[in-house]
Amino acid sequence: MIRTFSESEFLFIVASARWTLLLTLLSLLLGGLLGFIVALARTSQLAPLRMLAAGWIGMIQGIPVLMLLFLSYYGLSMGGVDMPPIVAASVSMAIYASAYLGEIWRGSIQSVAWQQWEASAALAMSRAQQYRYVILPQAVRIAVAPTVGFIVQLVKNTSIVSIIGVVELARAGNLVNNATFAPFKVFGTVAATYFIICWPISLLARRLEGRLNARRSG
Amino acid sequence: MPVVQVEGVRKSFGAVEVLKGIDLTVERGEVIAIIGRSGSGKSTLLRCINGLEGIQAGSIEVSGHKLDASGRGLRELRKDVGIVFQSYNLFPHLRVGENIMLAPRVVLGVGKAEARQRAEEALAEVGLAERFEAWPDNLSGGQQQRVAIARSLAMKPKVMLFDEVTSALDPELTGEVLATMERLAEHGMTMLLVTHEMAFARRVATQTIFMHQGKVWEVGPSERLFGAPQTPELRQFLGTGLK
Repeated sequence: MIRTFSESEFLFIVASARWTLLLTLLSLLLGGLLGFIVALARTSQLAPLRMLAAGWIGMIQGIPVLMLLFLSYYGLSMGGVDMPPIVAASVSMAIYASAYLGEIWRGSIQSVAWQQWEASAALAMSRAQQYRYVILPQAVRIAVAPTVGFIVQLVKNTSIVSIIGVVELARAGNLVNNATFAPFKVFGTVAATYFIICWPISLLARRLEGRLNARRSG
Repeated sequence: MPVVQVEGVRKSFGAVEVLKGIDLTVERGEVIAIIGRSGSGKSTLLRCINGLEGIQAGSIEVSGHKLDASGRGLRELRKDVGIVFQSYNLFPHLRVGENIMLAPRVVLGVGKAEARQRAEEALAEVGLAERFEAWPDNLSGGQQQRVAIARSLAMKPKVMLFDEVTSALDPELTGEVLATMERLAEHGMTMLLVTHEMAFARRVATQTIFMHQGKVWEVGPSERLFGAPQTPELRQFLGTGLK
């Protein structure tokens, strides 16, 4: 029996966006933390740390997110670790995010002029103080735009976890479409919901960037 | 006891030896100018004195802190050595006052009120007391360089190093920075400066060192060095440098 695309179907789709949001948030927090460590390791003075971080970035960027997802969902459950799909999804998205954010932030740290390192070293600052007070505050400005660009990508890429049965936005659309055969309405709603999530993020980033730049020469 | 004692310092970049055994003593209150051609090793020597460049042999001692090839004791030494660079290198994300207060606060651990007082005094010393709240980007090159001097002064260093600090400035702005340095010298600051401003070196420096091919080629009271150079290399350098 074919159902019609009515209010309840519409609401079902929109409500499933909460899983998309939760997934984005979790992978961003976890991946951000890990990515920050990766970025610091990547710019470390210790060669083994740098190599380890470079290896991590290279490896994760060279593997499709889908494989990370399968590895953490099926792979770990084979090994006896039973994870609910949402956890497996968050973990794999976080790992994926850590490599990209790590690389973005490494670039941001390295685009701070080297003279800033020298000037702060000459003032007897420790390496940690240089990061904390001189390098990172400048790197953050540089990082805002590419980081937000990546977050928007992340929101959209969470659709991939529908494959292991998490009913987030994309999968909800698929389910409703199978029941209603109203693809234009269904996927129009899905697309609009993604847009409503992503657009404010871009907008916020532009304002943030403007404010950071205004502060500097204000 | 001398403020700076450099003994037998050797420094190489790869296979190229740029400092070939340097000895140098700076007494309290002395102003020493280091002159020489590009590539003579004069900037490298200055940068070795606060450990921005490591050394392969010899030793450097600044007010009791010894620096050798191992690099230990570096931060303690740097607390006593201020350096000003050709390219100012102010922290662009901090206001002028914050630029100056940062290191005293986080490195020396002085309180906010004292850090502020130090910053105000240092800014007054370089004649920029009214620019405390300004952003570095809004200052002229000469003003930025004077803020950089103030930022070093706020650490109350035992010696100040100046590495071609006017080379990026036009003549008008050069004048205001040199005047600031001359005032520092009059106030008794021990200073070591690498410079191409021969007239300034001659007038302000108590001693001048001529470096050539990685060695101290000629050294003496500035008046004598400029007035009666002993070596043909210095004569040639001054002959082409002064005209």
